Amino acid sequence: MLVFVFGILGIIPFIIPHPAVQNVDEYLRNNLLKILAAFALILGLGSLLRVHIDKMKRKGQNWQYSWVLILTFVVSAIIGLFGGVNGTGILPTRIGSFPFDIWTIYLNVEVPLGATMFALLSFFMASAAYRAFRARSTEATLLLAAAFVVMLGVLPFGNRISPHLPSFAQWIMDVPNVAGQRGILFGVALGMLATALKIILGIERSWLGGGGE
Amino acid sequence: MISVLVAGIFTLAPPTNVVVSDTPDDGGGAITIEWQLSADDAQLQRYEIYRSEDGLKYDKVGFIGRGRNAYEDETQDRTPYIYKVAAIMDTMRALSEPSTPVMSSAQWLDRNKINIIITVLLLGGMILYFIYRARRGRELYVRKISGLQAIDDAIGRATEMGKPILYCPGIGYIEDIATIASLSILGEVAKKCGQYDTKLINPHFDPIVYTVAREIVKEAYTDVGRPDAYDPDSVYFVTDSQFAYAAAVDGIMLRERPATNFLVGWFRAESLILAETGASTGAIQIAGTDQVSQLPFFVTACDYTLIGEELYAASAYISREPLLLGAIKGEDYGKIIIVGILVAASILGLLTKVPILQLFR
Repeated sequence: MLVFVFGILGIIPFIIPHPAVQNVDEYLRNNLLKILAAFALILGLGSLLRVHIDKMKRKGQNWQYSWVLILTFVVSAIIGLFGGVNGTGILPTRIGSFPFDIWTIYLNVEVPLGATMFALLSFFMASAAYRAFRARSTEATLLLAAAFVVMLGVLPFGNRISPHLPSFAQWIMDVPNVAGQRGILFGVALGMLATALKIILGIERSWLGGGGE
Repeated sequence: MISVLVAGIFTLAPPTNVVVSDTPDDGGGAITIEWQLSADDAQLQRYEIYRSEDGLKYDKVGFIGRGRNAYEDETQDRTPYIYKVAAIMDTMRALSEPSTPVMSSAQWLDRNKINIIITVLLLGGMILYFIYRARRGRELYVRKISGLQAIDDAIGRATEMGKPILYCPGIGYIEDIATIASLSILGEVAKKCGQYDTKLINPHFDPIVYTVAREIVKEAYTDVGRPDAYDPDSVYFVTDSQFAYAAAVDGIMLRERPATNFLVGWFRAESLILAETGASTGAIQIAGTDQVSQLPFFVTACDYTLIGEELYAASAYISREPLLLGAIKGEDYGKIIIVGILVAASILGLLTKVPILQLFR
């Protein structure tokens, strides 16, 4: 019943622009959802700590790293809660010219570490491309040929081979590629509609832990 | 001096036919002003829009470049406003006649979305019809989806090898349909894990998804009569940082060496990082997402990939629940209708002068 009511409440603001409806929608999305997310975050963090404390107790594989996680969790939580975002809280977050407020930690630890992981993607792409371009079947050979043409087409060298190559490469990207993507997107859109209907009408409940009945 | 001289011999033509109306299909607070361009439009610098509540004192509320003949002004609802538009060239200004007073108000229906509503009702009605047919016991055929047929084999392999199964639902939130579809598949996978007594590892990116997934897995183990086999630590929250999550899941793959990896849900750039790491460990990988940009990575690095709608069909396919299968049938007929409309619209657009594209805007 709740899913049905909130499902309908989610659809109505899409077609009714009146502030009476939009304000309710905004309240649900911006206030109610944030409160729910805050409670879920507490549960989530509890789960994270429980898993790692349990691992330390069991002396599981690489249990020492769990200490690193818990220590950094506690330290950053204290700095964030009492030091303020930019070091404006009650806890001093600067030693001389060395700041360690939560924003500085985020910019200097979290962001570079994320960028490092992201950078790995280029190597993974190379290995995935190698695997994809092995011409073991007709489809893989077609893929290899298309990729080869597109890669040549976007390089200045491609234009020297033939002035038609860049436009042909662009055609591959604009026509067969987009046609394929749109075909998938039509299916996705209809699948979303069907899933939303099934959930709103209570036909599909498996995502709530119940059966399909 | 020159501009004063020019102003003396040159009279600027003002904009004419100033038509003011409440901006349609909005939530109020806006009035649209339209006018006929000044005869001297090519020489102008801009048009300035003036507004008055009493028709005596006008305030400038905005300006727009030459060649443009419409402006949307932010207003207070239920207050009548009168507008004038001025053509501006250097120091010269030619004011239009005042408009009639107009008030803005909020509308209860966005008419621009009527075509979407009709489409949704049509397709939704078709899906509901097939669900109704399925409810009456009609047999429905659904084609084989190899990625879903492989689930049993993949779990069986993990059981035989005595290794765990990793189920990664991606970095979507609970409002993403792909995440919901993934949670439905998680329930079915968890049931099989419970039956075969195979360890399940289910790390999460979003705390809300984590709490829902925990209940799903717990329920699945209870459903197959193995509540004792449920390990609360098998479903856990990791982090809500995209690449930190990728690093954590990569670590799990390398340390725990799962026999089977499910990468099913909503993914972004981390998809290939996860899929390639999983492939390097020799695990069977079943992936699925509705993110078109990530599909090539999964197709390349995984053994089976659920492409787009196959992900949504998974729950029905695995459970063979007739009502859910009916919805898939409805989707298929929806696709036939869309393809039919596209073909008809293309033919009409090519062979006639019917403004067919306007129908889809």
